Amino acid sequence: MSNKPILEVEKLNVGYQTKDGEIHAVQDVSFKVFSNEVFGIAGESGCGKSTLIKAIMRLLPENGKMDAHSIKYKDQKIDRMSENIFRNEVLWAQISLVPQSAMNSLNPVYKVGEQIVEAIQAHTSQGKKEARERVEELFDVVGLQSEFMDSFPHEFSGGMRQRAMIAMALALDPGLIIMDEPTTGLDVLVQEKILRRIREIRKQIRSSIILITHDIAVIAEMSDRIAVMYGGRIMEQAKSIDLFESPYHPYTLGLKNAFPSIKDLDQELISIPGSPPSLIGLQAGCPFEDRCPFSFDRCKKDVPEITVKKKFHQVSCFRHTDATELREQAKKLSTWHC
Amino acid sequence: MPNMIEVSRYKRFLINFRKHYQIIHANPFGRIGFWVIAIFLFVGIFAPWLAPHEPWEMQYDSTGNFASLQMPSWEFPLGTTHLGYDLLSQLILATRTTLIIGTVSGFISILIGANIGLISGYYGGKLDEVLMRFTDILYGMPFLPFVIVLIALFGRKLEFVILAIVLIIWRTSARVIRAQTIAIKQRQFIVAARARGCSDLRIIYLHILPNLLPLLLLYASFNIAWSIITEASASFLGFGDGETISWGGMLYELWISGKTRIAWWWFAAPSLCIVLLVTSLVFVSRAYEEEANPRLRKR
Amino acid sequence: MALLELKNVSRYFEVKSSLIDRLVYGKPIRMIKAVENVNLIVNEKEVLGIAGESGCGKSTTCMMISGLVKPSSGEILYQGKRIDQFDSDEKRFYHSQVQMIFQDPYETLNPRFRVIDTVAEGPRALKLWPEDEIVSRVDDILNAVGLPSLKYADRYPHELSGGERQRVGIASALVMEPQMLIADEPLSMLDVSIRAGILVLLKKLALERNFSCIYVSHDLSILGHIADRLMIMYLGQAVEVGLTRDVIQKPKHPYTRALISAVPAPDPRSRRSVPNIIGDISRPIDPPPGCRFTPRCPYADKTCSQTFLKLDMSQREKHLTACHRQDALDL
Repeated sequence: MSNKPILEVEKLNVGYQTKDGEIHAVQDVSFKVFSNEVFGIAGESGCGKSTLIKAIMRLLPENGKMDAHSIKYKDQKIDRMSENIFRNEVLWAQISLVPQSAMNSLNPVYKVGEQIVEAIQAHTSQGKKEARERVEELFDVVGLQSEFMDSFPHEFSGGMRQRAMIAMALALDPGLIIMDEPTTGLDVLVQEKILRRIREIRKQIRSSIILITHDIAVIAEMSDRIAVMYGGRIMEQAKSIDLFESPYHPYTLGLKNAFPSIKDLDQELISIPGSPPSLIGLQAGCPFEDRCPFSFDRCKKDVPEITVKKKFHQVSCFRHTDATELREQAKKLSTWHC
Repeated sequence: MPNMIEVSRYKRFLINFRKHYQIIHANPFGRIGFWVIAIFLFVGIFAPWLAPHEPWEMQYDSTGNFASLQMPSWEFPLGTTHLGYDLLSQLILATRTTLIIGTVSGFISILIGANIGLISGYYGGKLDEVLMRFTDILYGMPFLPFVIVLIALFGRKLEFVILAIVLIIWRTSARVIRAQTIAIKQRQFIVAARARGCSDLRIIYLHILPNLLPLLLLYASFNIAWSIITEASASFLGFGDGETISWGGMLYELWISGKTRIAWWWFAAPSLCIVLLVTSLVFVSRAYEEEANPRLRKR
Repeated sequence: MALLELKNVSRYFEVKSSLIDRLVYGKPIRMIKAVENVNLIVNEKEVLGIAGESGCGKSTTCMMISGLVKPSSGEILYQGKRIDQFDSDEKRFYHSQVQMIFQDPYETLNPRFRVIDTVAEGPRALKLWPEDEIVSRVDDILNAVGLPSLKYADRYPHELSGGERQRVGIASALVMEPQMLIADEPLSMLDVSIRAGILVLLKKLALERNFSCIYVSHDLSILGHIADRLMIMYLGQAVEVGLTRDVIQKPKHPYTRALISAVPAPDPRSRRSVPNIIGDISRPIDPPPGCRFTPRCPYADKTCSQTFLKLDMSQREKHLTACHRQDALDL
């Protein structure tokens, strides 16, 4: 990965208006994605990771609104762009999305190849023949046989449909591809094939990838850098290896304990007590406070500012200085469940 | 603990009652419907005390003349028939008849329809096929002629009117409830109930039925509305109950008097009542439809 | 004596075809052979994990064990007696002894029942105890699963989170003090930080209350953590069984080896090899005889497609595999 950010998001906030009040789905999120890297965003349901992406891609529903200090793609401010220019030039051509449950995004009454051809033609001046050739190329890249271009979605397995969606996302050679839970719901062997294919695609195409998932194992395997989100905020971001070897945030420590690994059968699983917060209404302080075994008074009142520990490693916690001690304590069951 | 349950059972009943009230009132149409029905109910229940005169008693007006075919006035607010009968009194008493027929038919038909739908949907197989073929046959029957034939055969009595209506109306609710039962039967909590060892009947009536309540109430109101229309139509054609008066019956008397063109007041009152009550019932059932089918709810 | 034993159990489903297809075109009835001649043993106080991908038949096997679905052939023996030969009293007893928890916490509870009604429903339906005893047991079990009854008994499902609902599901299964609990992927629809809590709870309860558990999942990481023994199924056939540690660290069957090498670990430093497997999974419709893994197996030979070596549970050797080439390959 080089040092030039392909995407820069600064202080993004997203809210939804509902009849129960305003949901603050994303609060003060800032991060960078560099060229030719895989940036993982990890978090559980409701942490805001999907909303974050929808906001950047301008795919929020009607009752959602966002405001950001800036969102820059290749140094261009895309949050200030007009709808038209964004839709024609950025969406899909520069930044494309493989949405969640992409398997169900294909129109069942049209052939798969046709759908991608149409999408290409809608966005470029390519003729049908050119577009079809491109789709053949793409199918090859994602590992689908070209005969399947003329099949219908129901003739595809789940894994194949996912690959078709990845092909569609690659069609215009975007600089950034966002994949939202690309392997959730797929069997282990199918997941493995898709992840391997994504790694191979990376070698061929120099796009960056934002990978969003709640599966810690997948994100550990695939990402160069990871951001951990909770309650609408980013708790910690770092290079994958740094995040796993020297984590700072109590939530990260908790997740490590709570995720069983096939390599370590003797691991003592420790769960994080409590449950993820509801994001209705503005909460003061750190969103993890009520479940955190290391919290103190200040955590309830103020949101911790972002501390940079080393290059690419940032954490949002008041107790970042006690990291060594916290890491030791987090390993004990009694710390979490007294 | 046991005490808490007993108290809460009673509390739960009240809470449920309030919940239904809220469901109906959430919808503006539901609200209107509710109040109109409430007024009709009031009139129907207290009819004998509210009606100023006897329905089939010749009236004389203040000047001492035979009050035949009089337009609405202070003395006779809805006017009189050609035989001098007070229309207001007739209307009030007819309200009671109509409500009785409507509610009784509606509820019995829902009872039949729901049970057939539940049993058919849950057990499936041959039983389902037989019951549904039977329902299909009834679907083929033209509603009104059937009612008329039945009454013509067995006589013009209140019970037969109700019977005739019930025998046909249950068919729609049966189909719909069967469809819903099939959908619910496959849901995980029903599988879980079977895994816990619940018998089939227990599952049908304790586990599935409560989930169909909004649907049942929707069809109950619907059925009541249809019953009222059917009764009015049958009575209008002369096939209603001979002894008691109903709105349709009033229109029948108008028709055979030959004075339809002249006595607009005689025509207006019962017709308006039929339209109002049926529309209100439909409004209330619309409110339940939104509850029964969440996709219709406006966000 | 084993608590539960399956002998040659199979379950077939007919694929619904139109009358015309069958009469006019003479197409034979197609069968989905969801479970094929499976042998299985569960002992007292142990957790048997059943792993496999979708279509492997693990859920159907659960349904047969819990009595919800009848096997097409084979015997299921509980405490040595065939469950299809039970009279109605014994059947009732079986239901109270073998309970199940399900995958989808949002669908597992009847939306019209309060927590207390859901949990009490089993004992009430089976008339196990008088009402006030039922209530006090419900009280106990709710506390045991971490839902203090004072707070939770009166609540409706829509007032509960996913993890809480799943706990209610567990409570309603355990209130009857079963000897065996069948868990059909109970964690896959829960948030990651909640899963550990439920898993730890299940382990603790199994230890405290002395019941056996059959835990079905596609997630080998979870199974590695909770199962004492592990069985791997592929397309309806049981291909390997043994102590969890053995199966995961020294897998014998080519499918198991591929499966294990496909599981990512939550550690960026770990490396794994590419699974040695060909092609994609198919559906168990009218499968050919023999081992169903043959078309995808890099080591398959002619015998593989003709006969299938069933797992012989009577063997003393604990770590068994259905691969007849296990000695020939470097395993």
